[in-house]
Amino acid sequence: MARADVRRTIEAVWRIESARLIAGAARLVRDVGLAEDLAQEALVAALEEWPESGVPDNPGAWLMATAKHRGIDRLRRADVHQRKIEEIGRIAEFRYDGEPAVDDPFDDDLLRLVFIACHPVLSTDARVALTLRLLCGLTTREIAHAYLASEPAVAQRIVRAKRTLSAARVPFEIPGRHELRERLASVLEVIYLIFNEGYSATSGNDLIRPELMEEALRLGRILAELLPREAEVHGLVALMELQASRTRARISPSGDQVLLLDQDRSRWDWLLVGRGLAALERAYATGGPIGPYTLQAGIAACHSRARRADDTDWERIVALYDGLAQLMPSPVVELNRAVAVGMAFGPQTALDAVENLRGDPRLDGYHLLPTVRGDLLEKLGRRAEAAAEFGRAALLTANTRQRAALLERAAACRTSQRSAGR
Amino acid sequence: MRVMVLIKANERSEAGEMPTQELLEQMTAYNEELVKAGVILGGGGLHPSSRGVRVEFAGSERKVIDGPFAETKELLAGYWVWQVRSMDEAVEWTKRIPNPMNEHSVVEIRPVFEVEDFGDALTPELREKDAQLRAQVEGS
Repeated sequence: MARADVRRTIEAVWRIESARLIAGAARLVRDVGLAEDLAQEALVAALEEWPESGVPDNPGAWLMATAKHRGIDRLRRADVHQRKIEEIGRIAEFRYDGEPAVDDPFDDDLLRLVFIACHPVLSTDARVALTLRLLCGLTTREIAHAYLASEPAVAQRIVRAKRTLSAARVPFEIPGRHELRERLASVLEVIYLIFNEGYSATSGNDLIRPELMEEALRLGRILAELLPREAEVHGLVALMELQASRTRARISPSGDQVLLLDQDRSRWDWLLVGRGLAALERAYATGGPIGPYTLQAGIAACHSRARRADDTDWERIVALYDGLAQLMPSPVVELNRAVAVGMAFGPQTALDAVENLRGDPRLDGYHLLPTVRGDLLEKLGRRAEAAAEFGRAALLTANTRQRAALLERAAACRTSQRSAGR
Repeated sequence: MRVMVLIKANERSEAGEMPTQELLEQMTAYNEELVKAGVILGGGGLHPSSRGVRVEFAGSERKVIDGPFAETKELLAGYWVWQVRSMDEAVEWTKRIPNPMNEHSVVEIRPVFEVEDFGDALTPELREKDAQLRAQVEGS
């Protein structure tokens, strides 16, 4: 194999193996920063040796063995006498022997790594950066590019995150049953943040951002295999697969965003729709407590099951929003629920629901409240009031395209008002 | 990116010879790896071409031809759809497939077209048509 080919092979192997490698090394040295160094050292060794010796049959095992030897060397050189005795115990349990999937120590390592990268002692930004770095194997440059940040800033963030984990003596372990749900929420949040970063950036000409979406989906799918009994993990995967299925239909050829009900459903990715619906089934099948991601996925699924927007099961969507409002009380959820109520039970019922939200200070300056009110008033034929609401909404949005559309709707309401009054 | 990974047929798969239990076990373990890595989107094994049908197009004429088909090396015995970061990664995963035919086997990797790949030649009207076709194929 030519040198250039070997190099490309090593890069591909690294992409596939790095997370497990770091996770395995972290179990030995109990320090993610050091673990990443060891994994990198193994990578450098591969870059030096493989062009001469050829790529080994099991490159993952080779890298793991190399990282392990370096780790053991480090531990031997460590001065503290008492810690040494503990470490010998750890060395004994550190091996690479492709055991069967059940109780696979490497999957456990990976799970530990997920929980440590998303640990609550870190800032949200740090969790995202560390997850992309340690679990997705993205380089600092790629992360900086994806987040439109400078490379040194991201590098700093990662270094600081590793230091914080080390200083806080965060144990390298899977949280116990009581703590699991809480900590898992942080993990799921990070994955969903990464997904949304990619999902909402697709209008840019930045190619790596859709890749972020793929990374998040992949992380979600991995986590679903590691924690198959947690309903919310499957719920999040379902939500992401279903949202991702609409990527193609969300942006019109002229670059405008196309609202869900206006989307050409033939452009949805039906392979992902099918995967999303299957993941939702898995979430329900766990029999575990249903959380916000599963409920949101349930809502998304109602849309996915309707081949035409008119076929949407709005009553079911209202019921799912009821559940969501109970779990995550928020005026934004209430507002979305009101839209569904309007579709299911008519605009007057929805308008009554929206009235309660008007005084809510948390919705001050939120353009969707007057937009939804305007929409409902227009349906009820109260066009003058609708025009005023659309005008108010136009003042509140920062997006110029959106503002133009709202002003257009306000004008249309005024025109039809005049012709109706004549 | 998405790739389709195609396992080429050989005389034995075309003769309807079923995979051994050992191979099925290896394949299951391998598939498990793919699932755990979040790589696999779909896939399946294909019956020999003797159970297949071809439709040949010549102008407005349509000719239906029953299998088996002669050019064994060009036929397929199975496929996967994967989501990977690059062709290099797809190649690396492919190298790890247990030898699917227990002897000389060929596995081909082909990137799946994204709408964007067609550039300006795909006008909005053509995009529309393409979307309808996709819906027919994928949504069925």
